[in-house]
Formats: sequence, structure tokens, C-alpha cells
Amino acid sequence: MPWTPDQPIISLKNVHKSFGQTEVLRGISMDVMKGEVVCIIGPSGSGKSTLIRCINALNDIQGGSITVEGQELRDPKLDLLALRKKVGMVFQQYNLFPHKTALENVMMAPIKVLKQNRAEVEIRARALMKKVRLEGKEDAYPGELSGGQQQRVAIARSLAMNPDVMLFDEVTAALDPETVKEVLVTIKDLAAEGMTCILVTHEMGFAREIADRVYFTDRGVIVEYGPPQSFFDDAKDPRTKQFLSQIL
Amino acid sequence: METVLDWLQPDWLLSLSVVSDDYNRGRYLSGLWMTVKLSVICIVLSLIVGIAGAAIQGAKSRALRVSVGFFVAFFRNTPPLVQLYFFYFAIGTVLRITGENGLPQPLVSNFGWAVISLSLFAGAMNIEIFRSGVEAVPKATIEAAEALGYTRLQIYRYIVLPLALRISMSALGTNLVNLVKTTTLVYAIAVPELLYVAAQIWSEDLNVREMMNVLLLSYVGIVAVLVWVLHRWEKALRIPGYGG
Repeated sequence: MPWTPDQPIISLKNVHKSFGQTEVLRGISMDVMKGEVVCIIGPSGSGKSTLIRCINALNDIQGGSITVEGQELRDPKLDLLALRKKVGMVFQQYNLFPHKTALENVMMAPIKVLKQNRAEVEIRARALMKKVRLEGKEDAYPGELSGGQQQRVAIARSLAMNPDVMLFDEVTAALDPETVKEVLVTIKDLAAEGMTCILVTHEMGFAREIADRVYFTDRGVIVEYGPPQSFFDDAKDPRTKQFLSQIL
Repeated sequence: METVLDWLQPDWLLSLSVVSDDYNRGRYLSGLWMTVKLSVICIVLSLIVGIAGAAIQGAKSRALRVSVGFFVAFFRNTPPLVQLYFFYFAIGTVLRITGENGLPQPLVSNFGWAVISLSLFAGAMNIEIFRSGVEAVPKATIEAAEALGYTRLQIYRYIVLPLALRISMSALGTNLVNLVKTTTLVYAIAVPELLYVAAQIWSEDLNVREMMNVLLLSYVGIVAVLVWVLHRWEKALRIPGYGG
């Protein structure tokens, strides 16, 4: 059955994930519609990062099902390249390719992986650099950029693949407080353009501002979720309340 | 002109027949050329062996990884001279074809065995050097490439190898310098490189002391050129803001 935009673009059903004996995800279910922005919060070790890494198959799952645009990830015939083209991912540590300039970092995947025309890719890459407000830094190497700038290059690098969904894994956790804002502004722009985003974050103010829904995970399960207003002001579960009281 | 040259030559230079004697100069230069040729060919082949071996060591197949491990152990744990003899005398005497005159002829020349033996020897060391470089590439960087849809081969070619090469550069330089010096071993299977022609010259002219100096200075020069090339290469590979 082909996927249509009225169905969830990402759908998790009773997902179980273990690393050896340790069960990290214990039955996670979640639906994300196209254009939605979803934030996942929770204490360290609650499985947030593992959860979004499963969505682009960086981690495999042992039980349940994950579909992206209707494509089941546990299908042995899964086209990994097609999946990764649809789902972009940005990491906590940026993970840029240190031997390539910012612009080359953005251009490489479309040229090498998607075999697109170099000249066209360059035009798009320059536009993306502008979009993440890094005009003029095209020829800088990652080591010459600040953390916030590197993270924005990483966002541009993912966007160059024209993904339908963006996953953000604690993308501001390694940044100086001053540079956090510039990255958040970039993500906000994306969300405003209708990009489907799933963020693991500790920035509660930001989650409240941009999320359509906030999920609170603890010890591998979703404890509570809802629209940010009711979630932050009117949490029901004692664990959520305790977590929010510690953080806010 | 001739007289001026004669006048300029002190006594000790007369016994330096590689300068004074055209025939010996020719021999010396052909030996020098052989050493350079052998070094360059072996450097290139050993780099290929090193890169390929390190790539196979990251392969999924256990059998492949184990065979590369055996290959490295064999060449690291045995003396290069013994390896050379093994190739030339053990394998070389088996690999024969019948020539036009009906007599058995070696399939691979002594120069051929010198190239094979030294390339594999230095290549095995290069595998270890590149492997440690590959292992030093952060997992997270590779993961980022995976998330962008790169295949294993593309990750190796565009991300891992360029970074591993930079990390391996100094160890690689040491090994290549050693390789150049190890080319003197092929004297033992009569490949006419520098040491071989020098021995020919000093046994005829009885100028052992002078030729020893010529030899040492020649190698100082050859290695200096290699070190300069490696240095330029390292400089060209340097990334602003990365490493140190």
C-alpha cells in the first residue's frame, strides 16, 4: 500500500531495542505527521538518542515496527540509501568531515552518493550556506569554525540531500550558551518552512516554542506526551513533574 | 681544460674511480638508477598493498581479515633477507618455463623478485600503519557519512582513507625510508643496484674505503630527497584547524 501524506510520515509501533542484555527501548509508539515538529525530552539514559537513531536505521530494533513514508525499516529488502535520502540527521558533535571545507562538506553527499551534477549541486550548496547564515564561510575548514557554525554546516549538509524529515540529536548540547541561539534559529526557520522535525533536546524553552508535541521518555518508555502548553504547565505523571521541576 | 682538471684533482680523488673513470662512473650511475627505480616502484606498490590490506581488515568476512593477519605476521616476523631468498630460491626455482633453446628459464627475473619481495615486505608494514590510522578515525564521523547514505566503499574512499593517511603520515615516512635502505639487500640476488656496483668497483680498483664513503653519501642523498618529498606531501595534506 503506497504511502499518502494523510498517513503518518513516521510511525513507531511498540518498538523494542536492546544492547546485549540491556533493554533500552521498551515498547515505544509514536506517530509523526508531515510538517510536524516533535520534541523528545527526558533524563540521560532514557533512550531518547537511541530512539531517533533507530528512525534512520543507524541502530536496528529487535521488536515492533518503524515505518518511514510507509516503508518498514525491518524489511530485509529495505533500500538503505532511499531511506537515508528521506531522513536527514544532525548529531550532537556535528561530525563534519574535517578534511573538507564547509562548502565541500555540503556538496559531497549529493555528488558522490546521489551522483548529481557538480555545478547544480554547488549552486544549491551555496544557497544552503546562505540559508544557515554562513555566507562567506564556504571555504573555511571545520576546524576553523566555532561549534555553532559547524553545527549549522552540519544542518546544511543534511539539507543538501533534500530530506523529508530531519532528526536532531541534542544538537545544542555541546555548544556554548552564546552559540546555541544561532543553531536554534536555523532549526526554527526550517520548522517554519514546514520541514518535519524530530528533536531530542534539553532546551525546554525552545521545545515549548516550536514543538507541536512534546514527548517525555524515561527508562525506555514514553511516560507522557502532549502539546507543549498542557505538557509543560499541566503534566500529569509524577515522573514528568519531577523531571520538569528539576530542569525548569 | 684537461690539464686544469688534472691539476685540480688531489691524489685521493684519483682513487675515486667513479669520478675519474668514465667506465666506472657509468657503472655507478646505472647502480644509482637501479636503486632509485627499485625504490620508487616498491614504494608505490607497498602503498597499494597497505591501502588494500587495511581496507580488507575492515571487511565483514572473517576469513579475509584472518588471511590479511597471517600475511602481515609472515612478513613482520621473518627477516627481509630470508624472504628475498625464499622468493628467489624457493619459489623462483619452481616457477620456470621452457625457453626457446629448450632450457628451463625463470619466469620472474631477479629484479622482478626483488620488487615483489620488497613491496610485500614494506606493504605488510604499511597495512599495520594504515590500520592504526583507520582505527583512529572517529566512529561518529563515519556514522555521519552513513546517515548521509554513503556506502561502505564510499566511506572508506572519501572519509576514512584521507583522514587515516594524515594520521599515518609520520609512521609511513619512517617505513618508506627503511624500504629505500632495505633495497641494498637485493645485492644478495645479484640485482645491480648501488651496493652491488660499488662492490664490483672496489674489488677491481681496490678502493674500498673511498667507495664506502661514496655509498654512504649516495644513500644520504637519496633518503634526503625522499624525506623532502614526504615533507612536501605532508604539508600539502595539512588541514587548517585540524590536528596540529
